Amino acid sequence: MRVILDAWAYLTSSANWTGTGGMLQLLGQQLLITLTALVLAAAIGLPIALWLGHRGRGGFLAINVSNVGRAVPTFALLALLVTADPWGWTLDSFPGTATLGPYGRGGAATVVALMLFALPPIITNAYVAVREVPSEVRAAAEGMGMSGRQVFWRAELPLARPLVASGLRLALVQVWATATIAALVAGPGLGRVITDGFFRTDYGKGIAGAVVVALVALVLELTASIIQRAVTPVGAGT
Amino acid sequence: MTLLAQAATAGPSCYSRLTNDWFCWAYVEDRRSQILDALTQHVLITVAALAFGLVVAFPLALLARRLPRLEGAVLGVATGLYTVPSIALFPLLVPFTGLSPTTVVIGLGLYALTILVRAFLEGLRAVPEEVRESARGIGYGPGKLLLRVELPLAVPVVMAGLRVATVSTVALTTVGSLVSYGGLGNLISDGVQTNFRAELLTAAVLCVVLAIVLDVLIVVSQRLLTPWTRGVRA
Repeated sequence: MRVILDAWAYLTSSANWTGTGGMLQLLGQQLLITLTALVLAAAIGLPIALWLGHRGRGGFLAINVSNVGRAVPTFALLALLVTADPWGWTLDSFPGTATLGPYGRGGAATVVALMLFALPPIITNAYVAVREVPSEVRAAAEGMGMSGRQVFWRAELPLARPLVASGLRLALVQVWATATIAALVAGPGLGRVITDGFFRTDYGKGIAGAVVVALVALVLELTASIIQRAVTPVGAGT
Repeated sequence: MTLLAQAATAGPSCYSRLTNDWFCWAYVEDRRSQILDALTQHVLITVAALAFGLVVAFPLALLARRLPRLEGAVLGVATGLYTVPSIALFPLLVPFTGLSPTTVVIGLGLYALTILVRAFLEGLRAVPEEVRESARGIGYGPGKLLLRVELPLAVPVVMAGLRVATVSTVALTTVGSLVSYGGLGNLISDGVQTNFRAELLTAAVLCVVLAIVLDVLIVVSQRLLTPWTRGVRA
C-alpha cells in the first residue's frame, strides 16, 4: 500500500506539475500530439472511407486495413520510425528522434505512428456508416432527381454522421492512451513520468503518471461524447 | 588470427555497424536461437494471457447475464480498463507481481478480458429463445443447456471476439519489454536503443506474421468446432 501513498504524495506536490518537464507541460505536449495525430488521420482516412462507402466498393479493403492495422504493434511502428531514414534522403533527421518544436524529441515519429494507429477505427467506422444508410433512402434521394454528389452530401452524410463521430471518439481515447508508448523510445508525453518512475523503481511516480493519463482519458471521453451529442441531429439515433 | 582473416575475407556482414541494413538474412541465421527464444516467449505470453482472459471472462459473463444490474457495471469496468494505457498497467502490477512474466500475462489478460466478456455476452444472447425452450422441453437442465446447447451456438461470436483479442494481444505483448518480458518486443527495444536495424525490422515483421498465423489457426479451429455452419454456406 506504500506505493499508493507515494503516488498520492507525488500527485499533490506542486513541484511535480510545474516547470520544464513538469507534468503540466508533458500533459499539454501529449494533448497536442494526440490531437494532431487525430486530425491528420481524419483528414486522410475520412475522405477515402466516405468515398469508398458512397461508391459501395472496396469494402474488403476498408475492413481489412483495420484488421491488419491492429496486428502491427504501435511500439514496433514507432521504433521503426525513430530509427528510420529509409532512403537516406534526410541524413537521419526524419522522422528519427529529431526534436520538433512543441512536439518534443521524436515528435514527428510519434505523430506519424499515432496517425497510422488512428486510421483503422476511423476508416472502418466511416465506411460502415455510409454503407448502413438504408438503400430505400438512397433510392428515394435518387428518385427525387439528386445527383450522386447530392445524394452523398444531403442524404448519406447526415445519416452517417453519428457513426463517423463515434469512430473519431474511439480513436481519440485510444490515441491518447497509446501516446504514452512514445516514452519507450524516449519520446514526448506523459509516458515519460511512468517509465521514469518505473526505471528508478519509484513505483509511486509511475502510478501517479498512470492515474493522470487515465483521468485525462476519461475527461476526453466525456468531452467527446458531449460534442458528439451536440452535433447529432435530434432523432437521428444515439 | 584466423578469426580476423575470416572476417576480412567475408567483408562486413549486412548487419555490421557499418552497413546496418534493414533486411539481413545473415542476421536471422546467426541469431536464430535468440530470435526463436524471443518468439517462443512471445507465443507463451500471448497464449497464457488469452487463456487467463477466457477463464475469467466466462464466469463473469455468466454472472452478468444472471444479474442484469451487474451487467452495466461489468461492461463499464471493461470499457474503463481500456483507457488505462498498457505501459501504465505494468507499473501498477509490478509492486504486487514483481518483474516477472506474470505481470505481463495478467496485464494483457485484463485487456483481452474486456473484449472477451463482451463476446461471451453477445454470443449467449444470440442463441434463439426457441432453441432454448425446445432444449428445456426435452428435459435439459440449466448446466446441460449451457454446455450442450448455448455454448456451442455461441462459438461463432465468441471466436470473433477471440480473434480481435488475439491480434491485439500479440501486438501489445511487445510493450512487455518494459519489464523485460516482451518476447519480440525485447528485440525491438534493443534494436531502438542500439540502432540495430536488422534486429528491429525482423522482430516487427515476425510480430505481424505471428498475429496472422494465430488468426488463421483460430479461423480453422472454429470451422472444426462448428461443422454445422459449413453446410449452410456450401
